[in-house]
Amino acid sequence: MCASGGRTFNFRRTNTYTHSDLTTMKVKVLSRNPDDYVRETKFDIQRVPRNYDPALHPFEVTREYTRALNATKLERVFAKPFLASLDGHRDGVNCMAKHPKSLSTILSGSCDGELKVWNLTKHECVRTFQAHEGFVRGMVVRFCGSSIFTIGDDKTIKQWKMETPANGEEEEPLNTILGKSVFTSIDHHYKDPVFVTSGQQIDIWDEQRTSPIRSFSWGVDSISCVRFNPVETELLASCASDRSIVLYDMREAAPLKKVIMTMRSNSLCWNPMVAYHFTSCNEDYNLYTYDMRYLDKPIAVHMDHVSAVLDVDYSPTGQEFVSASFDKTIRIFPKESSHSREVYHTKRMQHVICIKWSSDNKYILSGSDEMNIRLWKANASEKLGMMAPREKAAANYNQKLKEKFQHHPQIRRIARHRHLPKVIYSQRNEIRIMKEARGRKERNVRKHAKPGTMPLVTEKEKHVVAVVN
Amino acid sequence: MAASVEASLEKKHVGNKKRPPKRYWDVTDEAGKADEKKQKEDHEQTTKQNDQKTKKRNKRRNRPGGKHVISGKSDPFPGSAPIPKDKLDKFKRGEKGILPSRPQYKLRDVVARSEAATELAQKQNARYDLLLPEDAGFLEGDEDEDTCTISQDDIADAVDITSGSKYFNLSLSQFGPYRLDYSKNGRHLLLGGRRGHVSCLDWQSKQLMCEMNVMETVNDVKWLHTEAMFAVAQKKWLYIYDNRGIELHCIRRFNDVLRMQFLPYHFLLATASATGFLQYLDVSVGQEVAAICTKAGRLDVMAQNSHNAVIHLGHANGTVTLWSPNQKEPLAKMLCHQGGVRSIAVDKTGTYMVTSGMDKKLKVYDIRSYKPLQSYFLPTGASCLALSQRGLLSAATGDIVQVYRDVWSTPVTKPYMAHRTKGTVWGTHFCPFEDVLGIGHGEGFTSMVVPGAGEPNFDGLDANPYCSAKQRQEWEVKALLEKIQPELISLDPGQLSQVDRSTWEQRHQDKVQALGFDPLAKEKFTPRLKTKGRSSSGKVEKRKKQVAHEDQRDVIRQTVEDRMKIAKERKEKEKKLAAAASQKTALDRFRK
Repeated sequence: MCASGGRTFNFRRTNTYTHSDLTTMKVKVLSRNPDDYVRETKFDIQRVPRNYDPALHPFEVTREYTRALNATKLERVFAKPFLASLDGHRDGVNCMAKHPKSLSTILSGSCDGELKVWNLTKHECVRTFQAHEGFVRGMVVRFCGSSIFTIGDDKTIKQWKMETPANGEEEEPLNTILGKSVFTSIDHHYKDPVFVTSGQQIDIWDEQRTSPIRSFSWGVDSISCVRFNPVETELLASCASDRSIVLYDMREAAPLKKVIMTMRSNSLCWNPMVAYHFTSCNEDYNLYTYDMRYLDKPIAVHMDHVSAVLDVDYSPTGQEFVSASFDKTIRIFPKESSHSREVYHTKRMQHVICIKWSSDNKYILSGSDEMNIRLWKANASEKLGMMAPREKAAANYNQKLKEKFQHHPQIRRIARHRHLPKVIYSQRNEIRIMKEARGRKERNVRKHAKPGTMPLVTEKEKHVVAVVN
Repeated sequence: MAASVEASLEKKHVGNKKRPPKRYWDVTDEAGKADEKKQKEDHEQTTKQNDQKTKKRNKRRNRPGGKHVISGKSDPFPGSAPIPKDKLDKFKRGEKGILPSRPQYKLRDVVARSEAATELAQKQNARYDLLLPEDAGFLEGDEDEDTCTISQDDIADAVDITSGSKYFNLSLSQFGPYRLDYSKNGRHLLLGGRRGHVSCLDWQSKQLMCEMNVMETVNDVKWLHTEAMFAVAQKKWLYIYDNRGIELHCIRRFNDVLRMQFLPYHFLLATASATGFLQYLDVSVGQEVAAICTKAGRLDVMAQNSHNAVIHLGHANGTVTLWSPNQKEPLAKMLCHQGGVRSIAVDKTGTYMVTSGMDKKLKVYDIRSYKPLQSYFLPTGASCLALSQRGLLSAATGDIVQVYRDVWSTPVTKPYMAHRTKGTVWGTHFCPFEDVLGIGHGEGFTSMVVPGAGEPNFDGLDANPYCSAKQRQEWEVKALLEKIQPELISLDPGQLSQVDRSTWEQRHQDKVQALGFDPLAKEKFTPRLKTKGRSSSGKVEKRKKQVAHEDQRDVIRQTVEDRMKIAKERKEKEKKLAAAASQKTALDRFRK
């Protein structure tokens, strides 16, 4: 018995045979044992032998393309971002705060001075109390999550306990500080018992004292927003009504520098992963991402809103941010892209005042004028809940395919398509026409001007008036 | 293997020290050194053995970079196991990309990552390929014996019972000659007799699924994507039946069909008719995708290139034309034979095309470059050609079917196998994933065993001969979801993954559209009208010429200036380099 194949199990099927002329031949014919390919009992899973030989899998690219096209279409089919609406406020929601330690807790303050604590998993309000008379202008949860600081139109700063008071107990603030003027914004230091408020000037407060430990001002009377840097915790940024964004260092006596823009910024947010990047939202419908070291030109101008942008918040990964606008939509931008990747709107949502990106990077919360807080998915077509391993693998594979073929015109068209309310759609077209007209005019002027007298100004440089050190 | 055993028997002598067998890891230098050391040690006396052992141990411990193992022995298989190069090449997908010289860190990172992933996949595939369970069949005779003289009966007797039963004859003398088709996974056989007999069966278990007589001439039969449906080209129309023989559709748009091909990934049934029309039917939605008038008369020779889904048609004037449904004209036209083309076969990888013609020649072409590779002369000419998955070619000459091996690489003189059938051969088809060639002839059907014809290892997600009903249903849904659109059929199936480099004109046009004017446009000079005879045509021409000259001078001046500037820069650079070379630094004193 001999065989030319090297492996032992070939012996069984290779036969030597002496036929009529007394010569020998060696023959082996494909003969599969079905037991190797069929499951033994019906309780087993089916056997699927694989052979990855490319010759057995023709049309690799075109089949992948078809899969990518299907995945993109399905993504749009499953894009249902709206999850829930938290209603209960009796006036517009003016401010929100995330809990630093609990993912399911969110706080909101409304224009009638009421403060509500929400449980997100149950979509219900767990605590309500009257914090201020008039608006709740701002609030922040202490970094340890034990207490809340709120400011209101009644010129007070109040500190509240995080725990719900026991039955029969009155809602009483832990501390109340009476200020000289109305506060507009509050933020807490990320490590120390220090918080900052803005109003006529920037005040830095120690939690134990009733007067500010220091104040900054740089020639303005109204500062609308102040934020601590989450990484370089001693740094502060504020935006004021004189169209400026001012940077401060708590360790220094005077503000660091300021940049003056063509229109005023409403709010800003630091990038939690890149310490020196922040994004400000502006009255001129745009958002600007700055590097705090080079303020003369923003890194990116994010355009797409058709009305003033009111609030912005970064995702915890620092790759994306979400913006809330007066045009009744919220948009999600990749941090370096000039156009949004996503727009959310509903028929009933009015001007969106405040926006937060949840700390698990999965949800977005928007508070709007018509007294509701809305819960959205950050990734519109993502499936929530547990996924089976095969499901997860399929989702990953589809994601990769979409990435691979994203530039093909048909796939790009489907992936980019978003429905917009008619008003916003027409406004966007109007804005585009205006912009084109301006560009045309500028071009014509340049064409007939003396060469060199009209330098080209990029979109990024256009909106910065001056940088003061 | 037997030879190696004998050799080792011969070599073994009493005085010789037995050397360990050569292993692949011996080729590394370090291992070779270790081997030498061992030999040296063997020569030395055993008295110092203990001493040496301790030394050796110490040496091993102190060896730099070596891993310390508790047993003290070094790893005999250092690193990951090497992969044979041919296996790696099998799974290679194109060349590595060339990065631009600019330091685009982000792009570089992306490219590096994706290339690492590709390489890993390639290696894993190659490793997996070594583990595939089945080996291909073969047939070898004695040294001086031709394998083509071995009869089918001998082979059937020699092999096991299951394989032996794959050689059988169906005597169907009434309604022949027969055309046939195997389903995609090779389990089912469809027979269509010229005089109307159509039957389909599970040929391995010999279980008949349906049998009927359509009472009409049958020109061709073809399975559709599963074994649940098949198409029959009858005298007038094209019919679709299910596997119980129930007529599902009669498609009157497809008339006088002579030959059919089914493109499984596109769900297209391509038909060639006696009126010279090539038509495509999308069987998933039942729509006619394209109807092309080939203007080449009766079309009775047809083949498909399963690599790129292009249809090959052979014509009476000796040409072979290549067609896609997207174009009314042929993609390519090749003059292959003097006299008509009798049959065409295209190999699985889309590299080779084999044609036979009325001039009794059998020719092999490389269809990537449309070049002839081999030309053979057959005394009677070949009528039905078929190529197997592993590249065996069957050619029918009258009632003899010959099977050839390696027709494209080396000139073949003898067939690999041969078999005489009872009637004239009308259709041949290799069964996928089996060592079987089906022959339809005037007296019925013969299933012939051809060792080494079929692909031994199938892919369970693509075509599974052992799939259950549930698996088949799932496969059908998946296959329908990834149906390739007919617009994507082209000569190069990988075209979609290539970069679409737009031409300069196209980019310029886009720029003009974006800007609203042409930045490179030059206004044409129009001479002003002057009075008092100064605008005579001669004068105007003169002025035009003057301006043209001026423009030309400007261009020349510019180029000269540019050239001077470049030369000056180069000189300065050289000067700087020379100065830098002559200057001594403080560290130069240490230089030898």
